[in-house]
Amino acid sequence: MEALRRIVALAAKELLVILKDKKSRFVLIAPPIVQLIVFGYAATFDLNDIPFAVYNQDRGAASRELIARVAGSPHFHRLADLDHEQQIAPLLDNKEVLMVMRLGPRFSADLQRKRNAQAQLLIDGRNSNTALLALGYLRTIVADFNADWAKQNGLPGPPAQLQVRPWFNASLLSSWFVVPGIVGLLTLVITTIVTALSVAREREAGTFDQLLVTPLRPIEILIGKSVPGILIGLVEGSFILLMTVYWFEVPLRGSIGALYLGMSLFLLSAVGIGLMISSLAVTQQQGILGAFLFLVPSVLLSGFATPISNMPEVVQYITLASPLRYFLVIIRGVFLEGDSYALLFDQYWPMAIIGAVNLTLAGWLFRHRMSY
Amino acid sequence: MDSVPAIVFKGVSKGFDAAGAGVKAVDGLDIGVASGKVTGLIGPDGAGKTTLMRLAAGLLVPDEGVIQVLGIDVVRHPLEVQSSIGYMPQRFGLYEDLTVQENLDLYADLQAVARADRQPRYRELMQMTGLAPFKRRLAGRLSGGMKQKLGLACTLVRPPRLLLLDEATVGVDPVSRRELWSIVYRQVRERGMTVLLSTAYLDEASRCESLILMHQGKCLGQGSPRSFSEPMRGRVFRVSTSSLGRRSLQGRLSAEPGILDAIIEGEQVRVVTRASGDMAFAGQLSDVDDLRVAPAEPIFEDAFISMLKRDEATAARTVPGRRKETPGSVPDTGEVIEVRDLQRRFGDFYAVRGVTFSVRRGEIFGLLGANGAGKTTTFRMLCGLLPVSDGVVRVAGLDLRRAAARARGRLGYMAQRFSLYENLTVAENLRFFASAYGLSRARRRERIAWALEAFELDTYAGASSGELPQGYKQRLSMAAALIHEPDILFLDEPTSGVDPLARREFWQRINALAETGVTVLVTTHFMDEANYCDRLVIMAEGEVLAEGTPADMKARFRSPAQPDPTMEDAFIGLIEQHEQEREGVA
Amino acid sequence: MKASAGSRMRLCGMIRKESLQILRDPSSIAIAFVMPLVLLLLFGYGVSLDAKHIPLAIVVEQPDATSTSLTGAFRRSDYFTPRNFDSIQAAQQALDAHEVYGIVWLRSDFSRHLLARGDARIGVVLNGVDANQARITAGYIQGVWQAWLLGYAQTQGVEFRVPVRLEPRIWFNAAVRSRDFLVPGLIAVIMTLIGAMLTSMVVAREWERGTMEALMVTPIRIGEILVGKLVPYFVLGMGGMLQSVGMALWLFDVPLRGSFWALSAASALFMMVALGMGLLISTVARSQFVAGQISIVVTFLPAFILSGFIFQIGSMPEPIQLVTHLIPARYFVAISQTLFLAGNIWPIVLSNSAALLVMMLIFLGLARRNARKRLD
Repeated sequence: MEALRRIVALAAKELLVILKDKKSRFVLIAPPIVQLIVFGYAATFDLNDIPFAVYNQDRGAASRELIARVAGSPHFHRLADLDHEQQIAPLLDNKEVLMVMRLGPRFSADLQRKRNAQAQLLIDGRNSNTALLALGYLRTIVADFNADWAKQNGLPGPPAQLQVRPWFNASLLSSWFVVPGIVGLLTLVITTIVTALSVAREREAGTFDQLLVTPLRPIEILIGKSVPGILIGLVEGSFILLMTVYWFEVPLRGSIGALYLGMSLFLLSAVGIGLMISSLAVTQQQGILGAFLFLVPSVLLSGFATPISNMPEVVQYITLASPLRYFLVIIRGVFLEGDSYALLFDQYWPMAIIGAVNLTLAGWLFRHRMSY
Repeated sequence: MDSVPAIVFKGVSKGFDAAGAGVKAVDGLDIGVASGKVTGLIGPDGAGKTTLMRLAAGLLVPDEGVIQVLGIDVVRHPLEVQSSIGYMPQRFGLYEDLTVQENLDLYADLQAVARADRQPRYRELMQMTGLAPFKRRLAGRLSGGMKQKLGLACTLVRPPRLLLLDEATVGVDPVSRRELWSIVYRQVRERGMTVLLSTAYLDEASRCESLILMHQGKCLGQGSPRSFSEPMRGRVFRVSTSSLGRRSLQGRLSAEPGILDAIIEGEQVRVVTRASGDMAFAGQLSDVDDLRVAPAEPIFEDAFISMLKRDEATAARTVPGRRKETPGSVPDTGEVIEVRDLQRRFGDFYAVRGVTFSVRRGEIFGLLGANGAGKTTTFRMLCGLLPVSDGVVRVAGLDLRRAAARARGRLGYMAQRFSLYENLTVAENLRFFASAYGLSRARRRERIAWALEAFELDTYAGASSGELPQGYKQRLSMAAALIHEPDILFLDEPTSGVDPLARREFWQRINALAETGVTVLVTTHFMDEANYCDRLVIMAEGEVLAEGTPADMKARFRSPAQPDPTMEDAFIGLIEQHEQEREGVA
Repeated sequence: MKASAGSRMRLCGMIRKESLQILRDPSSIAIAFVMPLVLLLLFGYGVSLDAKHIPLAIVVEQPDATSTSLTGAFRRSDYFTPRNFDSIQAAQQALDAHEVYGIVWLRSDFSRHLLARGDARIGVVLNGVDANQARITAGYIQGVWQAWLLGYAQTQGVEFRVPVRLEPRIWFNAAVRSRDFLVPGLIAVIMTLIGAMLTSMVVAREWERGTMEALMVTPIRIGEILVGKLVPYFVLGMGGMLQSVGMALWLFDVPLRGSFWALSAASALFMMVALGMGLLISTVARSQFVAGQISIVVTFLPAFILSGFIFQIGSMPEPIQLVTHLIPARYFVAISQTLFLAGNIWPIVLSNSAALLVMMLIFLGLARRNARKRLD
């Protein structure tokens, strides 16, 4: 009973210390909002208004029709019309356009004579991802053009057609993928930093000794220190959830309960890491450094930005240790795929194990460092 | 005689608008510092001493007023001033990862000392500071005293015309302190250097040729130490009696309305009266048998106290009301702290080796020693903050290794620097510690009310504890340490960085506590504070050099040359003896 | 004349002191060499946009020679690891459970329609959660499909025509390896952080240890302090930069098509900008903790997201595009991606270098103006 009273007092004090400090209040509020905006709007692979140039040596209507279709797409923006071969290279080299579409003098004639007309496309591959995406958009435009052309001229179409349907995100919006991920990213960052610094802050201020001479036992200190991290993580996570649903209008298709179960397990493992860093760090600087050393790889290797399946095999095994990896699957699954508990079971248990291991280790380190 | 004063301040003010909006650190100051002399800058904490030094060095720009240093306007030509003065800040910035020689080279470069002049100057400085054998050692590996000497050497590498020393001897052990002083005086003697120094040690003040007394950014007086102490003649007495404990005697005396200040000095109590020749207090204490009152030679400290205490409220409420422990809860005769053959290793280095002593109930027990003597390590082991490598430590009859949490419930701890939660209010801090010690809700309310009342913190209950004035911070720390009525109070250098006035008030409270039966264990490097202890140990290199009462210690070094040795004399004597013995062995 | 001799002596003293400190204190060396090494390894391997061996469900409702041939085409492609299913329901379950990433669905009448009527339809379902990955995968499927179709038409002797055939030529990175553009970009992102951290932390360290106050009261000028810090850390930072370039060339096999010297010169300029940012931060931050944090916040995240090294700046909302002009990494990303992949394209190198030069002057100028030899 007395122990409980002590723990509650400690947890209440921790929260009070964090929330009364102007700087830490700022850290809790400003970066999440800035990151939400930056990630939500700037971190996009979608292409808009990509500048391109046309070198059209053909005079026919067909070529103009094709070019008009490309220029009419919201993805592309027709910047220039060329009349010399030599103009192509400088434009691409200097990044003034991402691609140049070149139609030979016989384009319309070939098309009319039912021979294969060729449309050459020169793409700046310095960013290979952008190049592939642009090429993909263009392929769709050309395929549509072909189908229409075949129909108008009574030609047989290709013997078979692909009909691609993306599920869960029919219009393939990057933000539907990135924004729910931020829920995981930011709760991880905030919770880890809050707990990682909680002991170091006291060590620096000299208050930790004052705490250690009270009858509080190490395990009580551990619990008291982890409560604020979990609470703040929950509040902050819920705030970003609301923003995701109401501001970024990402559809929430699955069960909220499944999401919060995942978040709770996730927070436990984050708090465990935070406490481990906490028990090792003597200064806040070390705490920050430790948190940074943990956060950068675990965010990077979580599939937050790029798919885990693209990584080398060895690295893929390492990602199994990152709790964020599992939580991202849960949150994206619940949001877009409408997953429920059963489908997410395989994500819950690894997080539970990671959480248990982290907390045990943290407890052991804590006792070890304090000796008494 | 001295033609031009080295430093002139005319109507100088400097404010900082950081906390508390518009606090003036220096307020309309007019002073002059004479050339070729050692001038001391004295004042309580926050009097504006450091600000004055920085203004003179051109590191701060005054809000108003004129500052001339060596006849140059500092505000307009800071670089010119900086190339002819030396300034040693409180914590001199040595590059700890450079060697002694490299530090000297750097400052020689920065001061543009010609290459040809360097070698002789280096030799001279090395010989003066005794650092010659350590030229290749990294500055970070030097002891505190040696670092300070190296800092001084760096400042003197191109002999400045004016030397500014800001609390250069704080935290330095008495031996190194004496050496630093002798270097400074040698510069004045041989080169006619002007020195302005600030200090928190009032005994150092009397070594200066001229003093400036500062308080709240203003100059209260300027003159020779004698010109301060002389007017005090007839107001200073030594009182002693055999029938009453010195602590009780001091308590009685400070309660007298005619008495401004009463402190324990050895076995006697030194008294400063409000009016000259006012012996009325002797009549009030007529019930005390064998009361002896003798006039005493006034010193600067007496003047300091009397000038500053005028505008302070009367001294603290004397007894921080703690109910008297009924004898029996702890065996009265028993030893409350027992330390036997205590060891602490870090790797293969012994920080503490074979320390043995015991503390009786209601005693004030002191742990003294230079930096690195092992007193802090011992102290931390006693309150359970550091595991013991070997040996026995029993606190309040409990073995710290087994019943740690229970033992901790019986002791109170006050750290070296203010270590409560700065952004919590006074009341929130008290509430937290009360809960952390497991007090019930009703008991908590009662104790917090007691703490606010006894330490006069009522008016500050809702204030952030980080923004309290220094003296109040200390009161709050003590209130927090006493909130659960501990049997034993641990104090780790409680008065370092605290000005003389607050130190007195603090010791008054400690004395009163000890009277109620609380055992107090204290470390300090202020030798005069050792006088407050009932018994003490002096430590060096992890071992106990001597144990006994302050009077015993001083008696050991009484000689015809030193008929009345101070605690500092005794301390230096012990250290020297120890070093000789060690060399003898080696 | 005398003044300049004193100035030279002070400057030499400062530089010697900083160099000795660098050699003695491992933390600067760790920041300059270990941090970029770790970050580059981590990001170089961890961030990849090249999908390979994508698990793909192929539903064949009625196996025959045609469907086997198509399945074989997917199997031979490096991009896919196909798994066969005989019902669409089973394949959908696998998609839900994230066992496969997409489904290619050949209905039972596929061969008949293909041969007899020429209007066969193949359903492709993708997990669209990661929009980028879905687009890239769709592109790959399209590629495999078209190649198969042409080959199939030939073997069947069917003359099959596409009215317009797109002939893409991807310049500078024909193999479309994402690592080739990610690594040069990463160098820019990482070195911004390193440069800013180096100077901001060492100045903060002087404040923390109290050496700054002692330094300030000597006759040294503020400009001399700044130059004294810049020179040694510039050398150190360039060492880290060289190490990163070496890793790009030999570890990640990124081709360097432009001139090494142009890259070095641009790197030097960029390093000065980053160090200048650090000095500017140091005029605000007086503890290593704050300095380190500001450095991370103002350099790393913005450089990562807003420098255009991975996300196309042109596709961002207008206000954010304006902000990207303030990110120095943006200019160096352009230079480094161009020099590595495209060669010496001077208009890009020079115009972005000019921008870097302006930024350097601004940062150093601001640092010089804000740093005063005063304590308040």
